Amino acid sequence: MLQSNTFSRKTKGGRIKKEVREIYLRDDIYCGATACKTCDTSRARLDASAILIFDTNVLLQQIDLLENPAIDNVVLLSVVLDEVKNKNMAVYNRIRALSTNPLRKFYVFSNQFHKDTFVKRMDGETPNDYNDRAIRVASRWYQTHLGPATPVLLITNDRENKRRAVEEGISTDTIQSYVKSLAQPELLDLLVHPASESEDVAMEQVEDLRPSKRQVVYQEHKPMSEITLGLHRGIYHQGKLRVNRYNPFEAYVGSESIGDEIIIHGRQNMNRSFDGDIVAVELLPQDQWREEKNLSIANEEDEEEDDVHLAPSSADDAPRTTNLVSGSATETNPTPCRPSGRVVGIIKRNWHSYCGSLEPMPMPAGTGSFTSALFVSKDRRIPKIRIQTRQLENLLDKRIIVAVDSWDRQSRYPSGHYVRVIGEIGDRDTESEVVLIENDINSRPFSAQVLACLPPLPWSVSSEDVTNSIRLDLCSLQVFSVDPPGCKDIDDALHCTALPNGNYEVGVHIADVTNFVHPGSPLDDEASQRGTSVYLVERRIDMLPKPLTEDICSLRADVERLAFSVIWEMTSEAEIISTRFTKSVIKSRAALSYVEAQARMDDSRLMDPLTTDLRNMNALAKIMRQRRIDRGALTLASAEVKFQIDTETHDPLDIGMYQIREANQMVEEFMLSANVSVAKKIYDCFPLCSLLRRHPTPTREMLEPLLRTTAAVGLDLDVSSSKALADSLDGAVGDDPYFNKLIRILATRCMTQAVYFCSGDLSPPEYHHYGLAAPMYTHFTSPIRRYADVIVHRLLAASLMIEKLPSVFQDRTQLTSIADNLNYRHRNAQMASRASVELHTLIYFRKRPTDTEARIVKIRSNGFIVFVPKYGIEGPVYLTTKGEKGGGEWFVDEQQQKIVKMDNRLSYSVLQAVRIHMEVVEPQPNRPKLQLTLI
Amino acid sequence: MEYVSPEGLRLDGRRPMEMRQIRAEIGTVARADGSAVFEMGNTKVIAAVYGPREVQNRSQQISDQALVRCEYSMANFSTGDRRRKPKGDRRSTEISLVIRQTMEACILTHLMPRSQIDIFVQVLQADGGTRSACINAATLALADAGIPMRDIVTSCSAGYLNSTPLLDLNYIEDSAGGPDVTVGILPKLDKVTLLQMDAKLPLDIFENVMGLATEGCKAVANYIREVLLENTKQLEYRRGL
Repeated sequence: MLQSNTFSRKTKGGRIKKEVREIYLRDDIYCGATACKTCDTSRARLDASAILIFDTNVLLQQIDLLENPAIDNVVLLSVVLDEVKNKNMAVYNRIRALSTNPLRKFYVFSNQFHKDTFVKRMDGETPNDYNDRAIRVASRWYQTHLGPATPVLLITNDRENKRRAVEEGISTDTIQSYVKSLAQPELLDLLVHPASESEDVAMEQVEDLRPSKRQVVYQEHKPMSEITLGLHRGIYHQGKLRVNRYNPFEAYVGSESIGDEIIIHGRQNMNRSFDGDIVAVELLPQDQWREEKNLSIANEEDEEEDDVHLAPSSADDAPRTTNLVSGSATETNPTPCRPSGRVVGIIKRNWHSYCGSLEPMPMPAGTGSFTSALFVSKDRRIPKIRIQTRQLENLLDKRIIVAVDSWDRQSRYPSGHYVRVIGEIGDRDTESEVVLIENDINSRPFSAQVLACLPPLPWSVSSEDVTNSIRLDLCSLQVFSVDPPGCKDIDDALHCTALPNGNYEVGVHIADVTNFVHPGSPLDDEASQRGTSVYLVERRIDMLPKPLTEDICSLRADVERLAFSVIWEMTSEAEIISTRFTKSVIKSRAALSYVEAQARMDDSRLMDPLTTDLRNMNALAKIMRQRRIDRGALTLASAEVKFQIDTETHDPLDIGMYQIREANQMVEEFMLSANVSVAKKIYDCFPLCSLLRRHPTPTREMLEPLLRTTAAVGLDLDVSSSKALADSLDGAVGDDPYFNKLIRILATRCMTQAVYFCSGDLSPPEYHHYGLAAPMYTHFTSPIRRYADVIVHRLLAASLMIEKLPSVFQDRTQLTSIADNLNYRHRNAQMASRASVELHTLIYFRKRPTDTEARIVKIRSNGFIVFVPKYGIEGPVYLTTKGEKGGGEWFVDEQQQKIVKMDNRLSYSVLQAVRIHMEVVEPQPNRPKLQLTLI
Repeated sequence: MEYVSPEGLRLDGRRPMEMRQIRAEIGTVARADGSAVFEMGNTKVIAAVYGPREVQNRSQQISDQALVRCEYSMANFSTGDRRRKPKGDRRSTEISLVIRQTMEACILTHLMPRSQIDIFVQVLQADGGTRSACINAATLALADAGIPMRDIVTSCSAGYLNSTPLLDLNYIEDSAGGPDVTVGILPKLDKVTLLQMDAKLPLDIFENVMGLATEGCKAVANYIREVLLENTKQLEYRRGL
C-alpha cells in the first residue's frame, strides 16, 4: 500500500520548501510476541507477560531504569526511537544496545510502516501530538492484535496523552506508579523525578526540605532563538566549555569567533554549564575582567587549592595555571591577558554519569522514605549533585555512579539520580574500578562473539603456515626478545647475524596479529573500540582476548610463532644498506628481561653466540642513537615510577623511579628504526590513507614557563629548533647531578603529546615528529597492545601485495575517526595509568609518613610547587595558611622566580632543593590526599 | 545517518531489495510516432519518439545506418523549488549522450539507412533514478513507434549505504553521497549495455551491487513486457480482429 508524506521544510538558505516522500506500508512487520499465532515468530522476543510501551519522554529520562533487568518485555515503537534519536544520540545508542541484547526482551516495532498502525499527519497537528497519537494507535493495535490474554500497558507521564489513551480504552500508567507497583525499592532510586510536575509527591517533599534555597541562584538561560541571533551578530560566542582540572571554579571556552580562549570565573558566570557542554558566552566589559575573578573565588565556600598529584609528563596533563600565576603576581599590570565572559545559554549538554560518593550527613529519623543527599564527584570539575535515595545508609560508604537530570535556576546544585554502586570507598578494587570508569575504559570481559573469532586452542603453527609462499621460514635464526620482567605479551623480538662481508643482518620481528584479527570481524571491531591495552599498577586491561595476548601472538621462547619481520642489512657503522619486509615464522631462543640482557652484555666472561649478538646489536644501537641525537632528537625525561607489589594483598611495598638501562635503549632504538622504515614504506604506497604519528613542534608560548625557570637560574636555552634545544639541554649541567634531569623533565612537560593522524588529512611538512626528529613516524611494533599497529600491519601487508587493503582505508572520514578514537583511548589509557599510580602512591603513604628531598619547580603567591624525584610526584607546599590570602609577609619576585619573606631573611627560589614531610590527611571525608609540609 | 534501520527498513519503508512502485503508460503524446510515460515511485518521465524520418541536416546523414538523436531535459517544475535550468548544461548533455548510446545499441539501425530517429525525454518529477526511468520510458516509446530493436533495454540503479546494497535509490538515498550504480541490460540477450558508477567500491561489493541492479532491470523488463503485451491486445481489439 502506498502513502505519501507531505511536509514543509526550511532549507539552509532559509527558504521554505515542500517535501513529498513516499511511504510504503507493509504487512510483513510482526508484533514480536512469541505466543502470537498470526505473525512470523522467528525474531520474536516478547513473552506472554504484560507488554510495556513507553513514550519518548519516559525513554529519554528513565534510561537508567530501563537498563535494569527488572524492566522487560518492552515494545519500542520506531516513531519513539526516531524522536529519541533526534533529541539525544547517547540515549538512543543505549536503547539500541538494549534492543540487540539477547538477554533482554526489547522489541522494536516499526509502527510507521505497518499498514494498520500508520498514522497520517493531520493539518495543524504539532509533531508532539502526532507522535502521541501514533503511540496510542500502536498501543491499541497491540491490544486488539494480542487479545485479552496479554495485557498491554502504555507508560506515559504526559497527562493529556494519558487522558486520551484512557478514553480510547488503552490501559496506561505513569512510570512512577508502575515502578511502585513492582515493589522493588531499589528501583525507585533509579527513577528520575520530573522537575516541573508539581503533582508529583516526592518532589514537594524535597522542596519542603530546603525552603531556604528557593531563591533564584542563577541567571536565566537565553532562549535558543536569541542565542542564534546573538551568535550571528557576534554578541555571543560559541564554544566548548572546559573546566580547569585544578580549579573547578574556572573554565575556558575556546571560541573561534574571537580566536582566543574566554575565561569564565566562578559558578555564577558558568551558569549551570558542565565541562564539555557547548555553550554561548557573552563577554564581560573589559573593566570587570580582573575584578570578577577575585570576587567569585572569595564567594565560593569550598574553594580548594591544588592537590598533590603525579608529575605531569606533557603539556596536556599539566595544570593550566601559568597565566594565573603571572596575572596574580603582577597585580599592577592593568591589562589582563585574556577576556572573561559569562555563559548565557547552553547549546548542547554533555551530561553523562559520574563516579563519586555521597557527602556525609546525619541519618534522618525515618528510614525507607526518600531523603535527599549531596553527591560529590571524584572528578573535581563536576559540581556537587543532589540526589534522592531510599537507601541512604547503604550508600554513604560506597562509591556510586550518578547521572544528572536537570539543573534549574532555583537550585545551587544540579539534581540527578542514583545509577549503581561500584563498591566500598577506599577499597583498592573499587577505586581502580572508578579510575577505569572515569577514563571511559571498557574493562568488561570479551563477548562470546568476539571469543568466537579466536582460532581453536591449543594453537600451534601449522604446516600450512610454514609452507605458505608469503611466509619466510626464519626458525633457524637466533631470535630473542628483551622485555620488562614478567612481561607476557611479547610483541617484538630481534636477531642480529654477522654476514661474511662484514655487514650485519638485523631483524625486528613483530607478532603477526593481523593473521588472527581479520578486518570487520567482531574481534576487530572490539579491538578498534578499545584502541589500546591499559596498564594499571596491579592489573592489565587487554585490547585483545587473553589467549591471543599471552599465547598465540606472544613471541614466547622456544615455540614457533608467526611474525611480521623487518630485516635490514647494516654496515658495522649502522648504515642501512637494504630494507626487507616479510611475513615469517620464527622461533625465539630466549625471552630475556632488560636486567638479564644487561647482565649478559656486562659480563665479559660470557662469549656464547647470544651474548655476542647482544653486544653487536648494542654497538649498532649506540651508533644509531648518536646519529639520531645529532639530527636533533630530544632526549627527554619523565618521572616514571615503579611499584613493588605484594603478591598476596596487592598492596604496594615500595616505590622508586623506573631505571633505564642500556638494554632498554638498545631495544628502543631498533623499534624506532623499524617504525620509521615502515612509515616510509606505507606512505610511499598509500600517500592518502596511511596512519602515521606526528609530534607537533612546540610553540614559543608553550616553552615560556621553561624559559622563565631556566632564566632564573642563569641558564639560557635555545629553543629555535629541536637540535638547538637538544644541544642546550646537553649543556645544562649544574653542580648537582640531578639538575640536568630536572631540566629535561621540565622541558618534556612543556610539549604536547604525539598524535595519530591519517596522512591524507595533513600536508607532508606537518607529518614531522619533533621529539624524534623524524620526518615521518608510525607505530608498527606493538600490535598486541595498540590498535594503531594493527592498522599499520594491514597497510604494510597491502603494500607488499600480500593481502587486500580493507575497505576502511578507502573512506578517509572513517579513517580519521579511527585515528581520533585511538588518540582519545591512548590518552585515557595514560590518564588511567597515572591515576592508578596516584592511587597506589596514596595507599603506600597512608601507612608511611615520610621525610624526603624535593625540588621547587614553580613559585606561587602563597607557597611553591615541589617535585619529589624519588616518588615522581608533585604538589604544593604552603608558606601561609589558607585563610589569609596574599599572605602579607611573603612576596614573589617574578624576575628571579623567588619567594622572599618580608624581612629578607628567608627566601626560596626555583629549582632549589628542600626537605619536606609527606603524609596522608583527610581534610574532607572520603577524599584523602597527600599533604606536603616543609621541615 | 541511518539509511537502513536495524529492523531492515529503509526511510520510505521498503526493504533493501525492493523497488519502488512502477507504472507505465503507452501513447501519451498523440503527435509523436511513439510515446510513453514511465514512473518509478515519485519519479515521472515522459518520452516521445519521432522517426524513422528524413534526416534534417543533410551533412549528418549516414549512408548505411540510421542517425539516432536524443534530447534529455528536466521540466522546471520537476523538483520542489522552481529554478530555471539552462538548456544544454553539462549534466543533461551527459545524460542525453548516455541515453542515445544505450538506445543505439539496441535499435537495428542498419535496417533504416539515411534516416533519423529522434528521442525526446523529459523529467516531469524527479525523485532519484531519473536516468533509469528515462531509458525505460525511451524503450517503451521506441516500441510504441514500431522501431525494430534487438531487444528491449531496461535500466535500474542500485547503491550501497550503511554497508547494505540497496535497490532503486530515491532522492534522499541518492544524495547521501554513496555509490550509485546504474545498469542497463538487454534482458533476452542477457547483455549489459550501460554501466555507470561515480564512486569507488571494492570489487566484491561492486559485484553484489551490480547483481542487484541487474535483478532490478529484469523485474522492470517483465513489467514492460506486460505493458507492451496489454497494449498490443488493445490494438488488436481496436482493429476488431
